[in-house]
Amino acid sequence: MSYPAEALDLLLDPAVWGGADGLGARTLEHLGYSLLAVGLSAAIALPLGFAVGHFGRGRNVVVASSGVVRALPTLGLLTLVALFTGLGLLAPMVALVVLAVPSVLAGAYAGIESVDPRTVDAARAQGMSRWQVLTTVQIPLGLPLIVGGIRLATLQVVGTAILAAYVGAGGLGAPLFLGLRTYDYPLLLAASAVVILLALVLDLAFEIAQRLLRRLPGLR
Amino acid sequence: MDWVFENRAHIASLTLAHLGLSLPAILLAFVLSLPVAIAANRVRPLREVIVSGTGLLYAVPSLPLFIVLPVLLGTGVRDRANVIVALVLFGMALMVRSAADAFDSVPAEARLSATAQGYSRWGRFWAVDLPLAAGPLLAGLRVVSVSTISLVTVSAVLGVQSLGSLFTDGFQRGIVPSIVSGVVITALLALVLDLLLSALGRFAMPWLRTGERSPR
Amino acid sequence: MGIEFDHVGKTYPDGTQAVRGFSLSIPSHSTTVLLGSSGCGKTTLLRMVNRMVDPTEGRVLVDGEDLADAAPVALRRRIGYVMQNSGLLPHRRVIDNIATVPRLNGVGRREARERAFELLSVVGLGESLARRFPGQLSGGQQQRVGVARALAGDPNILLMDEPFGAVDPLVRMELQAEMRRIQTELRKTVLFVTHDVDEALALGDQIVVLRAGGVVAQAGTPREIVESPADEFVERFFGAGAERRTLRARPRPEGGWSVSDGAGRPVGVLDSPPPAESA
Repeated sequence: MSYPAEALDLLLDPAVWGGADGLGARTLEHLGYSLLAVGLSAAIALPLGFAVGHFGRGRNVVVASSGVVRALPTLGLLTLVALFTGLGLLAPMVALVVLAVPSVLAGAYAGIESVDPRTVDAARAQGMSRWQVLTTVQIPLGLPLIVGGIRLATLQVVGTAILAAYVGAGGLGAPLFLGLRTYDYPLLLAASAVVILLALVLDLAFEIAQRLLRRLPGLR
Repeated sequence: MDWVFENRAHIASLTLAHLGLSLPAILLAFVLSLPVAIAANRVRPLREVIVSGTGLLYAVPSLPLFIVLPVLLGTGVRDRANVIVALVLFGMALMVRSAADAFDSVPAEARLSATAQGYSRWGRFWAVDLPLAAGPLLAGLRVVSVSTISLVTVSAVLGVQSLGSLFTDGFQRGIVPSIVSGVVITALLALVLDLLLSALGRFAMPWLRTGERSPR
Repeated sequence: MGIEFDHVGKTYPDGTQAVRGFSLSIPSHSTTVLLGSSGCGKTTLLRMVNRMVDPTEGRVLVDGEDLADAAPVALRRRIGYVMQNSGLLPHRRVIDNIATVPRLNGVGRREARERAFELLSVVGLGESLARRFPGQLSGGQQQRVGVARALAGDPNILLMDEPFGAVDPLVRMELQAEMRRIQTELRKTVLFVTHDVDEALALGDQIVVLRAGGVVAQAGTPREIVESPADEFVERFFGAGAERRTLRARPRPEGGWSVSDGAGRPVGVLDSPPPAESA
């Protein structure tokens, strides 16, 4: 039997999914890591991006430093932090947040900047405070691009969260690296397939969310 | 620093290996994306399918793709060709959309007036479409190059030699300078390549040299 | 009282001087038009009244109160503002756009909407448009909504920055007529900016002709300016010395009088003969 067929057999076997070490638990763990990392990076990057987009200052600094951060290889960051913090979740979280922040940040300030300056001017002229302009005009109108940034970050994080297992944390990387070390190709393929599927499902969810957003009149 | 100095030959050979994987991948991804993007723009109904389809590739995590591809291609997991193919696919996932948008951004009036002046379709592509799309094309290429240089390191987990090997070796043997030098050199490679591309753009596209964006 | 510009100047950080030494008194309950070519500083002056721009010299007073002491956000909520590209919020329905300022002032949603519905009819729009989004309206309709929105906070002052500049000529004339009707009813203090001489004549109780840098070339009623332009600049601006406004009337065979301009091009028909004094 070929590897793909064996992998498919594995995926169809309920026993593989159950248990504390099963694919089901690993998938949930993987999803949890990813959401936590994206959530943390959104907590950091959204306020910063909104501020940059709203005030129109510091853009060059943010773009330049995002460029440098993007150039940092995630695996390097992960292993480096892990040497100091030991095995566990802290190192992967640091690496994944660093990976996700530039994408969320870019979406946030691009979203705010995409709003027609005349609309913003008019909103100010009606007597909206800066905070009201940001929360009731710029963020809602910039939402498609803001969500786009979070979408990109989520995809990057879900794929890269595999590396968490490289420094001893869990997630779908655990069965994957096990398969890699033991030359168990069907297991390796099966775990890969689940990650790919998870990424596609999340991407689809975002696609639907963005389409719904675009359908709101006024948001293109 | 001592560690870096003692291992400079090893680091240099890994850097070369890294470039050997990433440069062909970047170039191929760029060149292959252009016809796909043009075809997508020509055949309007297919545009969304093609652009989103290749974009979906980006949703595929890198490490699993490095593993799945050889099984599908019949190459070995640690085969360099396998890594390059995976990188090209990733590059195209980003580049096809950039290129399709770039060619779409060429003003219709410019194309119309070129046609009116008697350019053939092929001539117009070289004289009008390509130069006018060059700005966004270059922007797309820069994103692809930075992301590819960084992605290559992941293949080290599978045992493919690149600057990523400095991370895996350094981690297993607890050598901090190994990882730090790997991070720094990878980031530098990405930044240098980005600067080169940006300089190339300024040189080849003088009409885009407008300095800074005007403030809001 | 009304609005008072007292030796106002504006120099931008990059050294551009938009306005210098501008003084003008704008009476309440009438329409004052700032008329000038682009770059004469008229929009800058207008935006000083709701502190979208702060003067670098001099002061602006509203009903005797120095605006430098007024909180900008609160000030803007009690001054209506209409701009060229309506500036409506694209993600809010027409009715909610009109209700913006009352809502900002803390009026309940229901009450604000009721008021907004009244305003729809004030600006001559049917209630059927209330649930639409701005993008689903024509340019002229959007401008009407813009006027309604500016009136919603029941402001004493209405600032209008070329509000009808981007619509086609027929619609513009319609909107101008509508504006005159609204103004006879509401009698707001209107400060209106335009570069269109005909619009200034159609709407202004007082017209202020500006040169570059916000220098007043002439201020007066439309009649004063047309009949006795202060200098050659004003004369040229109005085309008064030229053939455009030098009209001649000739009796028509069908009755009435046929009117033509200095170049002999017909411009209209008079039903009754000109009074003897001006014939």
